[in-house]
Amino acid sequence: MRILVNGASREIGAADLGAALDELGYGGAVIATAVNGEFVPAADRPASRLAEGDRIEVLAPMQGG
Amino acid sequence: MLRLYDTELRSRLLLGTARYPSPSILTEAVKASGAQVVTVSLRRESGGERAGQGFWSIIRDLGVRVLPNTAGCHSVKEAVTTAHMGREVFGTSWVKLEVIGEDETLQPDVFGLVEAARILCSEGFEVFPYTTEDLIVAERLLEAGCRVLMPWASPIGSGRGLNNLFGLTALRARFPEVPLVVDAGIGVPSHAAQALELGFDAVLINTAVSQARDPVGMAGAFALAVEAGRAAYAAGPMEPRDLAVPSTPLIGKAFLG
Repeated sequence: MRILVNGASREIGAADLGAALDELGYGGAVIATAVNGEFVPAADRPASRLAEGDRIEVLAPMQGG
Repeated sequence: MLRLYDTELRSRLLLGTARYPSPSILTEAVKASGAQVVTVSLRRESGGERAGQGFWSIIRDLGVRVLPNTAGCHSVKEAVTTAHMGREVFGTSWVKLEVIGEDETLQPDVFGLVEAARILCSEGFEVFPYTTEDLIVAERLLEAGCRVLMPWASPIGSGRGLNNLFGLTALRARFPEVPLVVDAGIGVPSHAAQALELGFDAVLINTAVSQARDPVGMAGAFALAVEAGRAAYAAGPMEPRDLAVPSTPLIGKAFLG
């Protein structure tokens, strides 16, 4: 299915957020995730089913003031 | 000792981690500043580049506390969601809460700020709200559950120093027991010293250090200024006067006219 990952359209085979992150190259990374604007804690990722057109945000530590 | 929530800190200088010329200069600047708390943020991570992972390992190696911010958030929802994501990634309930109201000045939207602070405090966050010097907003933030306030000196990154001296002095006088950290707008060490001399508990600096010609040297200069300002506050500065008062006693002066 096609989903939006950080604003870019991506085709994925995975059906849940946890598997999608592995497929997209985030395995083992320190990240936080949101689906359609709602925070999804790490523990809930495997149970978070994805649907066509979902908007996923994947955030990581960055410099800040 | 500075006490922010239940954490005691020797250094009254908090440092931002943005806009340094290189990661190694950032590392050296943090060390030179003596800061025990640095601010960090969250941004989109690419699965291919994973740039955030390298940054996070640099920060972890510094052994300092992190204060995640909600920089760039313009709505309550955005700020609250970002705070939740920061809590998970950084493993701390501290959050520097920013709800930006306007892009030219990056002035906080104090209405959204109070609303977001209320939500986050009720969810167990220890909120450091980036606010103005407004007394009523400060009152509302404390009612919401904040136990630290971070009033601006002047707009973020402007380097203009303490823009509203009267307002900041009034804020300090109105809340003598609340830790107040002057955040944003400090440009040179004398601004930081001035904030500490007025009795502010700490300052948060970023651009003034990271954009200096020599950020490591400037970090050291700020560390000295903060210490001097605090020592001056503790020593009780004299009252300014309008007219000259001779410092040398006149009694016993020879008549040589």
